[in-house]
Parts: sequence; C-alpha cells; structure tokens
Amino acid sequence: MSVSRSELQQNGTMSKAKEKGVKRNAEEDEEQLPMFNIGGGGSADKGNAEEDLSDSEESLFSGLEDSGSDSDDDDDDDEGDDEEDESEDEKPNADENGESSTSVELSEKHPPEVRTNDKLQDGKPTRREKIKGAKIKRSATTSDGGGEESGKLEQESGSTRKPTPPQGDEYEHDTSDEEDIRNTVGNIPMEWYKDYPHIGYDLDGKKIFKPIRNKDELDEFLDKMENPDYWRTVHDKMTGTDIRLSDDQVDLVHRLQRGEFGDVNFNEYEPSVDFFSNETMIHPVTNRPQDKRSFIPSLIEKEKVSKLVHAIKMGWIKPRKPKDSTPQYYDLWAKEDPNAILGRHKMHVPAPKMRLPGHEESYNPPPEYLLTEEEKLAWEQQDPEDRKLGFLPRTHSCLRAVPAFSRFIHERFERCLDLYLCPRQRKMRVNVDPEDLIPKLPKPKDLQPFPTTQSLVYKGHSSLVRCISVSPCGQWLASGSDDCTLRLWEVNTARCMKTIEVGGAVKSIAWNPNPTICLVAVCFNQTVLVLNPGLGDKLVCSATDQFVSAYEEPEEEKGQPVQWVAAEGKDHEKGVRLIINHPKTVRQVTWHGKGDYLASVLPDNSNMQVLIHQVSKRRTQNPFRKNKGLVQCVSFHPIRPYFFVATQRYVRVYNLIKQELTKKLMANCKWISSIAIHPGGDNVICGSYDSRLVWFDLDLSTKPYKVLRHHKKALRGVAFHRHYPLFASASDDGSVIVCHGMVYNDLLQNPLIVPVKVLKGHAITHDLGVLDVTFHPTQPWVFSSGADATIRLFT
Amino acid sequence: MGGLQKKKYERGAATNYITRNKARKKLQLSLADFRRLCILKGVYPHEPRHKKKVNKGSTAPRTFYFIKDIRFLLHEPIVRKFREYKVFVRKLRKAYGKAEWTGVQRLRENKPGYKLDHIVKERYPTFIDALRDVDDALSMCFLFSTFARTGKCHVQTIQLCRRLSVEWMNYVVTSRSLKKVFLSIKGIYYQAEVLGQPITWLIPYQFAHNHPTDVDYRVMATFTELYTTLLGFVNFRLYQSLNLVYPPKLDVKAEADLKADFEEDYAMDSESYLEKLAALSASLARVVSRAEDEDAELDHFPTEGEDPETLEAREKQLRAQDAQKKLFEGLKFFLNREAPREPLAFVLRCFGAEVVDRPNADQQYINRYYIQPQWVFDCINAKLLLPVVDYFPGVTLPPHLSPFVEEKDGDYVPPEKLRLMALQRGERPERRAEDEDDEEEDEDDDEDDDDEEEGEEEEEMDDEELTDEKNLKAMEKQRSQGKALAVKVTAGKAKTENKMRTEQEEKAEEKRLAIMMMKKREKYLYDKIMFGKKRKVREANKLAAKRKAHEDASKADKKKKKAKKQ
Repeated sequence: MSVSRSELQQNGTMSKAKEKGVKRNAEEDEEQLPMFNIGGGGSADKGNAEEDLSDSEESLFSGLEDSGSDSDDDDDDDEGDDEEDESEDEKPNADENGESSTSVELSEKHPPEVRTNDKLQDGKPTRREKIKGAKIKRSATTSDGGGEESGKLEQESGSTRKPTPPQGDEYEHDTSDEEDIRNTVGNIPMEWYKDYPHIGYDLDGKKIFKPIRNKDELDEFLDKMENPDYWRTVHDKMTGTDIRLSDDQVDLVHRLQRGEFGDVNFNEYEPSVDFFSNETMIHPVTNRPQDKRSFIPSLIEKEKVSKLVHAIKMGWIKPRKPKDSTPQYYDLWAKEDPNAILGRHKMHVPAPKMRLPGHEESYNPPPEYLLTEEEKLAWEQQDPEDRKLGFLPRTHSCLRAVPAFSRFIHERFERCLDLYLCPRQRKMRVNVDPEDLIPKLPKPKDLQPFPTTQSLVYKGHSSLVRCISVSPCGQWLASGSDDCTLRLWEVNTARCMKTIEVGGAVKSIAWNPNPTICLVAVCFNQTVLVLNPGLGDKLVCSATDQFVSAYEEPEEEKGQPVQWVAAEGKDHEKGVRLIINHPKTVRQVTWHGKGDYLASVLPDNSNMQVLIHQVSKRRTQNPFRKNKGLVQCVSFHPIRPYFFVATQRYVRVYNLIKQELTKKLMANCKWISSIAIHPGGDNVICGSYDSRLVWFDLDLSTKPYKVLRHHKKALRGVAFHRHYPLFASASDDGSVIVCHGMVYNDLLQNPLIVPVKVLKGHAITHDLGVLDVTFHPTQPWVFSSGADATIRLFT
Repeated sequence: MGGLQKKKYERGAATNYITRNKARKKLQLSLADFRRLCILKGVYPHEPRHKKKVNKGSTAPRTFYFIKDIRFLLHEPIVRKFREYKVFVRKLRKAYGKAEWTGVQRLRENKPGYKLDHIVKERYPTFIDALRDVDDALSMCFLFSTFARTGKCHVQTIQLCRRLSVEWMNYVVTSRSLKKVFLSIKGIYYQAEVLGQPITWLIPYQFAHNHPTDVDYRVMATFTELYTTLLGFVNFRLYQSLNLVYPPKLDVKAEADLKADFEEDYAMDSESYLEKLAALSASLARVVSRAEDEDAELDHFPTEGEDPETLEAREKQLRAQDAQKKLFEGLKFFLNREAPREPLAFVLRCFGAEVVDRPNADQQYINRYYIQPQWVFDCINAKLLLPVVDYFPGVTLPPHLSPFVEEKDGDYVPPEKLRLMALQRGERPERRAEDEDDEEEDEDDDEDDDDEEEGEEEEEMDDEELTDEKNLKAMEKQRSQGKALAVKVTAGKAKTENKMRTEQEEKAEEKRLAIMMMKKREKYLYDKIMFGKKRKVREANKLAAKRKAHEDASKADKKKKKAKKQ
C-alpha cells in the first residue's frame, strides 16, 4: 500500500499538462477507490455493526431452523460448510494476527490497539453467528445466481474482516491524510465544483485549479490513437487531473482483477500453527490468573445436589431398572372360550400344511426313486417352477456322508412368503367317483332287438354310393352311386337284380312308400326320374304302369316350372316312366306317405328351392314364395299334412293345408345335413356336419331336447325305424351308431335315448365314411352305404 | 324413470375387497410396516372368485385383501407401536447426527417395544388351534437356533429360539409323544402327536449355513418374532399339562449329580444350564413329585351300539401305541463320536433308551451290537426292533423309507415296504443271508415268469381273433375282385367262447356307450379324473419297471462276480 501511495504522490506532482490531457470516467474511479482503501468510512462500519446485531438475532431463529432441517438439506449444508470453511480459513489468519498481537506484543502495544483487541474479543462470538446467518440467507436465496451469492459472500467476509486492526501504526495508511495532501475539499460530490475553475483547496489553502480543459472528442481520439500510455491513464476526479499509472500500479490492478492478494509477498498458504493442540504445554496459553470463583465451591450446584439427594431420600427419584428383555410366558389359554371366536375366523382359510416328504426325499431311497441320467438332464433343463421335485433325489451310503441341503433357508423363506403373500381361496375339491358320473342307462341287452353284426355286403358299385332306399315290402334295395348307375338289389341275397345307367351321379333315391305302387324316384343333375323297377309282384308293376299312364292332358295348359316328359323307347324299356326336367340341379327327392306327391330340392339362392310334384296329375308347384336360406333337405310328415324344410341352421315346419309356418326349430348347429321324422310324427332328428345329432320333441319346445355328440366327424345321414324304437346315424368317421329312441305315448314322459350299438365296417376313402343309412321297413336291420363303394347290412 | 341409477362396482364383490396399496394407505403405514403387520396378524390376500368384477373391470394383476380384515387391522394397538418406533428411529438418527451420546443412550434405554401376547391369543382362540399351527413355528425356531450368533439376526433371537426348541424337545421326550422320524436329504423330519394333533417339524443337519443373498431375513425375523411368542406359550401350557416346572429345570437328583460333577463352574441361569438341558440326558423337575408308575389303566366305557370288533381294534391300537412308547426301554445305547448326537439322543430318549455318550471306540465288546444310526430310525418307523444284521457297520444299508407315505390301492409300494409290512403283521422274517438271498431271488424270478406267461396268453388270444378277422377280410377281398372262391369244405373248428371275456367286453361296451351319453360338463370332469388316474398308474408302472431293471442289473453283477470267483 505504501508503495502505491508514493506513486500516486509522484503522479500528483507530475506535469500538469499531461494530467490535464488525461480524462477518465469518474465512476470507474469511484469503483476502484474503495478497493484501494479497505478501511472504509466510519459510517459503513456503523452500518455493519447494526447488521451484526440483526444477524445475531436472526441466527437465533435460524439456528432453530437449521436443527430442524432434514437430512435432505445436508448436501446444501455441506456446500455451505465448504464456503464457510474458506471464510473461516481466512478468519483464523485474521485471528492469528490479532491474537499474536495481543499475546506477544501486549506489553509494548499502544492503548488504542488494546482497545481494538477487546473489541475483537467481544466481536468474536457474534462473528461466528453472523456467518451462520449468512449461510441461512444464502440457503434462503438459493434460486439467485451464483455470482450474486459470491458477491454477498465477499461482502460478508469483508464485514468480518473489518474489525481486524491493521498492523503497526494505525494512522500510517489513513486515506484521509492522503486526501489532505492533494485536496482538502472533503467527502463531497465533485459536481459542486463543476462551474468553478478550481477544485477544492490544498494544504496551504490555495485553490487547486483544474487543468485547462479544451479537449474535445477529436483531441480525445487523437490522444487515444497517439498516446501509447492512454490505456494506463486514469482521470482523478479529486484534482481533475489525468494520472498515468505506474507499472507497479498496473500490476496491482491486474492482480486484484485476477482475485489475488494485493500484496505480492503475501503467502496465503502459510502453515497453520496449532495453538490448542492435544499436547500439553508447559506454559499456559494466557497468562491470566485464575478467578477466585474457581477456588470456591459453587453454592448453586450445592443447592441442586441437595435437592436431588432429598428427592432420592424421599423416594421421588428411583434408579432406573435394567430392562428385562426376556419374554414372560404364562398360561395364555387359561380362560379359553371356544365361543369367543371372532367373526373373522369364519372367513379364515387356514394355510395348508407343508407337504410331507415321500420316499424319494430319503437320504437312502430305494433305487427306483433315483433319477436316471436322462431324467436328471430333463430335471435340470426344466424351469425351477415347473419341477415336480424341488430337489434331486440322492443316495448316501451312510448318515455321516449326508451334506447340508443348500436350499434349506430358501425353502423356509418361500414358505414364509407363501404364508403371508399368497392369495388364498377356498376351493371345493370334487371328490367324485368317476363311475358315479356315468349315467345309469338301461342295458342295451334289455333293449333288443337292434342290429349288432354286419351280415351282408352289397358290392357292385365302382364309386361311392351316395344314397340307398328300401322298398316298402323290404325285399328290394335301390342304391345310387357316383358311377352314374342305379342298382337294385335283393336284400336277402345281396344279389344285384338290375343296373340302370343314368346320365349323371345319382344324388338321391327314394322308393315310393306306398306298397301298391312300385316306383322309385331318382335324381341326378337337373333331372328327376320316376321309374318302375319291375321287381316283385307283376300285378303291382303293371298297376303302377297303368297308374302312370292314366294321365290325361288337361285342357288348360298351365305354365309349370318344370318339364314333364313321359319316357319312351329305350328309356321305357329300362323302366323309366317319367322324366321331370328341372331348371337347376336337384339334390334330393322324397315321397309323401301316400305315394302320389314327390318333393325335390334345388338348393339355390332363388325362391324356387323346393318343388312339389304330383305324379298322377303331372303337376308341379312351388310352395314357397320367399327364399329363407339354403334348403338342405325336406321331408313330409308321415301322417299329417306337414312339411319339414331344413335350411342350414333351422328346420321350418309348414302346414300344407293352411299354407303357413307352424314351427321353426332351432337346431343349435352350424350346418344341417340330414333330417328324419319319427313315424309318430312328433319327434325329429337332424344330423349336422359339425358332428351333432339333434333330437327335437315337437311337443316340448322348438329347441333341441337332446344334442348327441357321438360321432367324431360330420354326420351324413340319419334314419328312424318304422316300427322299432330305433334310430341310426351315419358319419364320416366310418361308423353307424344305432340308438334306442323310445317315444312314449304318455305326454308326461320324455323320450328315452340310449345308444345301443356302434357299427363299424365301412372303410374311409377320401375322408368320407358312411354316406347314407336306412332301416329295413320290417326287420331291425340297418343298411348303410359308404364311400368305399359298398352297401352293408347289419342285422 | 324411477329410482336411482345403479352404479357399477358399488355393491357386491367389489366392495368386499381392497387392493394392497389402498389398504396400506388406509392404514397409513409404509409397505414394510404393512407387511410386518400382516405377518403378525395373520392377514393374507384372498383370491376373489370373479377377479375382474372386484378389480372394477380391469384385468391388471393385483392382490386383494378382505376389506374386513383391513378394518380389523385399524384397531390394532401394534400399529401405534410401529409409529412410535418410527419416531424413535428418527430421534436416534438425529441424536447420532448431533453426536449427543447421552441422548442416544437415553433413547436406547427407552426404546419402544411391543408384545405379541394378545395377537397370539386372538389368532388362536383355543389351545388346539395353536397346536395345529405350531408346525411352521417349530421348523423356523429350529432353523434359527442353528444360526451362527453373528450377522443375520439378533443374538437374543437365536438364544430364545434355542431355548424354546430345547424346551420343546424336552417336552416330547418326557411325554414320549414322538411317532415318526425321517432322515431326508434336507434334514430330519420328526412327527409327534400332541393332544391328538400330529405335529411335524424339520431340523436341518448340523452344518454352518451358507446364507443366501436373495432371502429377506427381515421377513423371517418377523415370523420368528411371532413364532417364538407362540411357541413359548404353547410350551408353557404343555409343561403345565405334564406337571413340569416351567421354565424347565432338571430333576433334583440329576441336578445334584451335575452339581457334584461341575461344582466350580456351575451357574443356574447361565448358558451352560441350557446346554445341560439340551443334552436331554436327565429328566425334568416336576411341580408335584411323580408317584412311581403314574400311568393308571384307563377305564373302559364301552359305548352302546359300538361294535365289539371296533372296540377291540381300538384297544389293540392303544396297546400298540404303548408298546411303541417303550420300544427301546431297557436298551443302552453308546453313541460314537461320528454319530450325530443331538438327534440320536433325542430320538432314543423319546423311546425310553438309556444314552451313554462317547465311549472309547478302540475296544470292542462282544455283548454289544455295533450298528449304524439308521437302525434306530427304521425301528421307530416300523414300531418294532428290526434285525440288526442289515445295519452293521460297513454293510450296504437297506433303503430308508419315508414313514409319511401311506399307499392307497394302485400306488406303487416299494418291496422293502412290503417286507416291512409282513414283519409288522408278525410273519416270519425272511433270512437275508447271502445264500438264501439268491434262492429268494430265484423264486421271485419264477413268479415274474408266471406273470409274463399270463400276459402272453392274453396276447395269444388276441392273435387268434386277429387271424380270423384277417381271413375274413381276405375272403372278402377275393370275392369283391370277382374271383371265384376256392370252394372247399374243411372240417369246422370248434370255436370256444370265452364267457368271461365276452362278458367283460360287453360290459366295456356298455360303459363306452353310457359315456357317450354323458353331459358335456360331466364328461369333462370324468376325462380329467380318468387322466389323473391313468397318470398315477403310469408313474407306478414306471417305478416298478425301474426297480426291476435295477434288480436285474444287480443280479447280473452278482453273477458275474460269482463267475469270476469260480
């Protein structure tokens, strides 16, 4: 500092012309000046003292706050501590200085210095608190910028440093002296001298004149360009002169700008001297003699002790008993009341006990319980959760050789987890004898007769036999095949009586159910043939021919949907009597029970899907005006004037006289394939391609009375026996299942359905098994035609 | 529109359940505390019948508790203790932070604790309830008592567990209620019958534990907390029922003996006393000194209408039980050093044997049998003294079977078990000497052969039928091909009809047809049951086949050896 001042003085005496030429910003100076004279004004000091007071007050509360703060704030605190440490690092230096001065130089110190020391001692505690206060403030304004914070910190540290007394002569560095030397104007705004030619007065009371200022902007600029020392020229507001800073001064400015100490020789990392170390020193730190009170027993303490003694004597204070941590057991269930069970216990699901170990868990199990190599490998590859055994069975030659089970603690822990984490549910265990589940049905033996064995095979067709029909007398059997032939067989001998070739694969065949008429209806492609096979009673045959030819052309020719042609020539010789040409492919033909009406099915999307022909009058009518789904098959009611039409999912029952829909049966299956009516007329069975057989009891409901899923594959045909309570179903799985289907006259009793026989014989060819099934009209025999080009008779 | 609109999930199942998180919030507990509470109070999740309904339409996996259970937890005084403990921990942490050591000490002295007595009483309103649930408690206590006294849990807990387990063992010894023992690879299973309740527990073999890292010991410790309380009260009650002093003390006589032996370092309340109790070698002190032979004959009250046969059977059973209790009475066992002392001493004392510890092995006495420990366990399970021949040191021991397996019809029964059952019925035990062994095996072979023959017969019959069928088919084929059959009249073969067989077939067909008529749901159930049955049969067959293969292999081995010798 002293150096700089002398420089300034030199500058002050430098040539005026140069000083005049220099012009610097006054504010800049003002900023820099306080840095040079750290001591500052007394007023500032006062303000600091006030701040101190307030700080200490604040610290009282903030301390509370601090203690209440949570560990979360620890990090911030740590940061604060770091900063605090820094400031404290500096502080001891100051203290050190102060202390050293007090201890060592106590005897030779001037009185004012002693005063300052006292002040220092007083200030010490407050200073500490102040730091704390500062810290709190900082934490309160954490959102502020770091720069501001550091500035504040500087201020604080400055204020802490303020009371430190300068070393040596107090007045040596007093800046007020300095001012006196140059200008005695005092601490006033310099603007007041704006209109005067001088600024203040010097020591001798003479005016200090301002340099003659005739510098304009141009001069300034020129100065800037030409004067190499322009950058180190500073305008002194006090004297109005420009001062050129010396090298030392510039260096000082640089150092301060860098945040270093002003003094080059100052070592900030001086080794700290630990005064209050753990080592006992031979000399006391202070030479202060001990107080008197330290030799006299305290009265207050004595009073306190006597109070305690009295309290103990009176039994008010008891010595703390050591806590007994061992649990005390007693008869907990001494007064057990079984009725005192909480309601909660009713909902209680007790945890199942651990499974008891089996032979395989033994340390020396029978050899069969040990795993083979493959099993071991499989066990290891399994997921630990999927393993049936939680351990590998092992054998040990003696008990001594058994090692510790490595998963023991795990298993116990898992048990614990199960006990408190596993959701519990009461599950009803079905403890049923499987035999009880089997329905008690009458024995098939008691339900005889029914077909049991395959007795005849009718061979001759070369392709799959799609349809068969038996004559009402039961002597003849007609079959139609994909090889475009129609064969007529004698039932008892399996002899093929006739083979009639037709123009296409025979889709359906039906023997007239009237025993007095010997006619067979056959359909292929778009044609339905009505032919007289000429078998059996010749009288009947000739009567039939007469019946057919008795037709007379009506006077009025009505427009018919089909074309009736009477067969002639070769066809007539073959037996064909009538040819009905349809506009579309015919799928099925079926006779009415009287034998005069014939229904044909033309599955299509038009409204002409079902046609009913009258043979005697050669008339055809289309009973339905609307298309209600793809018709699969149709059937006449055996007794009453009802007509059954099976579409894919429903069976509709029409009254032919009233010409209205009477019932619509919901079949509950995807695709009906076939339909058969019980001879009584009140029960209907439907076979479906989704391998179900549906039994409807028309008296009960329009929903199935029973759904039988006996077959594995699609059903192709179903049939009722005319007399016996039997029905049969043919399926693609190659089997015919004959069931006993008893229908009682008593309306209260539901039909009894008992499967009685599974008949097998047909070979499955091209995934097709049995295609049609029909019963013998009088005997309990069943015929079946299959895709293996055979017809089989089961008796 | 009249009436209020019904809202979904405001009645019915949805209101009976609460999810875990909601329950936790309702109780204002942390998850750890909630778990602890659930463990202590025995509250467990329930699986609702309709999970989606309870889950308010969501299918997210959640655990549900009964809302009543949670409400019931609300009043639990333990909850307050949990909160106090939380505060205690906070205070302690702060005191540590401030380095206020006196404060720390003071806090530690006033550490809040809780008792579980009321919870035990509440969970088990009657003593029998408690006994039924004591299995897990015993297993856990025995496990904890084997832990090293460092690390995993409090030393006090370990000591307490040890004390309680020793008490339990002493009770079982005194009441002679042990029924079954099983040496498994996991440890030793014991089953005792206390007041008619079978109680099973598992003790690990004496080894240092390899503590796994994926086990939460806090959960186990919470369970142990409850279990020790439960077991303490159960022990107290059981001791009381036998007129024994609780906490157990050694009999005065025995104590005097001990005192004489260890006069200098004797201390009643030290750990060494527990050690002496754990030795199980002396009887316990009683409240009322026991009159000799207290076991009075039970009076018989033949109830009206009871079958004399069943009565007799019951009496017989009782007698058998008595006999089992005195199985080893009068026998003296010298335990060698390599034999595990604790289980053996426990088991032997349970059946009235005298146990002598650690004799010097260098000298062999001719009037003693030297056997392997498995003999003791097998005898207990068989309820009779088995021949010692199979258990001499150095011989291959017979397999050790689980006494807990009760085979039903159709289950696989190992041949050893069959032999044992024969012994129990009092049939003459087959000599298992080397020479006779072979013979026996031969016999076995014969039997096996018979079996095989039978099997073959059946197969032959099948063959016959098959050939018939084949002939027919061939004929059919010939005919269908249009070839004239070689018409030939041959002498007819009398076809013998196996009546039994046809009958069986008929029955089978009947059944098949009846099964066809089953309802869908019943069919499903039936199929499931049948599947289970079939699987069982399959497994039994597999075991039998394995056994057979093993025996064949061992026989072949033996023969080879014999051949070599010759």
